[in-house]
Amino acid sequence: MFFQQLITGISVGGIYALLATGYSLIYSLLDFSNWSHGEFAMVGAYVAIVFSTMLPFPFLVAAMLGVAGGALVSWLTEKVVYRRIRSTGGPNMFLMIGAMGLSSVFQQAANLIFTGQYRSYPFKLPVSTIKIAGAYIGVLDLISLIITAVVLIFLMYIINKTQFGLNVRGIACNQWGAKILGVKVDSCISKVFILAGCLAGVAGILYGAKYNVWPTMGNIGLKAFISSVLGGLGSVPGAILGAVLLGIIETLVSAYVSSSLRDFFSFALLIVILLVKPSGLLGVDVQDKA
Amino acid sequence: MLSVFNSINNAFCNTLGISSYMQGVVVLMCINIIAVLGMSVLTGFTRLFSFGNAGFMSIGAYTAAILTVRYDVNFLVAIILGAIAAGFVAFCLGSITLRLKGDYFLITCLGFGECVRVLFNWTKNLTGGSAGFPGIPAYSNMLFSVVCCILAFFIAWRFIHSKYGRNLTSIRENEVAAQAVGINAFRTKRLSFVFSAIYAGWAGAIYAGYLMYIVPSAFNLGKSCELITTTVIGGLGSLTGSVLGAILVTVLPEVFRSMANYRMLLYGIAVVLVIMFKPSGLYGYKEFSLKRTIAWFRNIGKGKGKPAAAEGKEDK
Repeated sequence: MFFQQLITGISVGGIYALLATGYSLIYSLLDFSNWSHGEFAMVGAYVAIVFSTMLPFPFLVAAMLGVAGGALVSWLTEKVVYRRIRSTGGPNMFLMIGAMGLSSVFQQAANLIFTGQYRSYPFKLPVSTIKIAGAYIGVLDLISLIITAVVLIFLMYIINKTQFGLNVRGIACNQWGAKILGVKVDSCISKVFILAGCLAGVAGILYGAKYNVWPTMGNIGLKAFISSVLGGLGSVPGAILGAVLLGIIETLVSAYVSSSLRDFFSFALLIVILLVKPSGLLGVDVQDKA
Repeated sequence: MLSVFNSINNAFCNTLGISSYMQGVVVLMCINIIAVLGMSVLTGFTRLFSFGNAGFMSIGAYTAAILTVRYDVNFLVAIILGAIAAGFVAFCLGSITLRLKGDYFLITCLGFGECVRVLFNWTKNLTGGSAGFPGIPAYSNMLFSVVCCILAFFIAWRFIHSKYGRNLTSIRENEVAAQAVGINAFRTKRLSFVFSAIYAGWAGAIYAGYLMYIVPSAFNLGKSCELITTTVIGGLGSLTGSVLGAILVTVLPEVFRSMANYRMLLYGIAVVLVIMFKPSGLYGYKEFSLKRTIAWFRNIGKGKGKPAAAEGKEDK
């Protein structure tokens, strides 16, 4: 039973990790919390719904299109809204307010277009299980875990081993310094938004397959924020660690304490972490970052 | 006392011919104005950002509701205690979270707001859980709300134009410089936070007496967002701007009833546009003054530019 919960927790945590890494990347570059990040997941999930249930596309193609949709919307918000706000040179709070407005625009638009109804993908995976070491484990959980692991390893490779990753780390460290050394900051930021949108799209589709798709599902973006704070804001490995921990804690709380108190525990955990170790598990120099 | 009070209100409204529908709109407007004024002090004047003000509203609302229904406390006392309860919680929360900067403070507020909602849902014996808390006496009539609203504006005005208010603005403009001239940034921020929570609690208590029935889900994250949205649209750093924003946000949906579904979508779009093209909002960083308005109208006739923009810097 415990083993079963653990696997579920890790797979949920993996979905949070996909969001949290994108979130953390954007935070490390621009020093602002992208409140509309969860909505990209929602957009991705809905695009996949449209292509797989309303149009006759195979699910895999629809999922690819969903990921592309999340990336496109993410890129557009940066191109149209955030760049404009940054160019006015106002405080970072303006970026956050803009993101909050965008988030409500996306949510309401989804609500108007698709109504508040819960929708699901056209396959029966969520109910099928396999037996490993005496525990029944959802096939979907396993698949989601594998996809998440592959995507995250690929992401870590991009960040740590490629020229693009080096540029991103450079900008995160010192934007002016990177610019002087010839890094194209704006195009790099655009690419990071596309990358984050892709990750969010994958997360949205996995989350939608596990539960359902509904207009306010973008609120899992909050969980991504908690995960990144838990692991250390702005640190990508920290975000992954924090997300997996959060997923496990949430699953155990809803299994053994009370499912209605699940969110209470996550937020309480957040406040406790901020009090005890505001830099998070793997973060450094919080005074500078915060 | 309550019945006498209500009959005075009825007599007043009957003589002026104000329908009960209009009264409802005015009460809602006053509730919004009070909550938004609190938000304005925090966001517009201190540049702190809180997603938790709906949580403080629900603390005020539930305190007032429980006191009036279970313990037969006079409604005035209950409202004051509701506001104080919200302020006290904000004091405790602010003491531990305001040492954190920017996003960290914001996210703890958000977490706090959600925690309060989940807790009120969960404590069924005390608050009735998600089924709601019924039977609150109808103490928020129009006259009372308007008086509260005017009082709230007056207090906020005095506060902003006092020594403390100027401290807030100095922290908004440059925290390090403010500390260098001897302002205790932490205490000043906490004061601003408590002030905004008291206003939120006050608004919540009036809200409870108006609807006579409250549910925790009325004070969700969306409500907090709505408060911030209204403040931004109205104008950061301006009390009159915030009042203007609150009036617009309450009255426009009533005028355009058929567009009710698009309300939040339009708010969202409005916020994004405002922050992109005019971050100061409708009336940012300056207060409404009759003199300046008259001057502005005169200059329209002469075909000159806008003198108000040049004069408006004095409050910055």
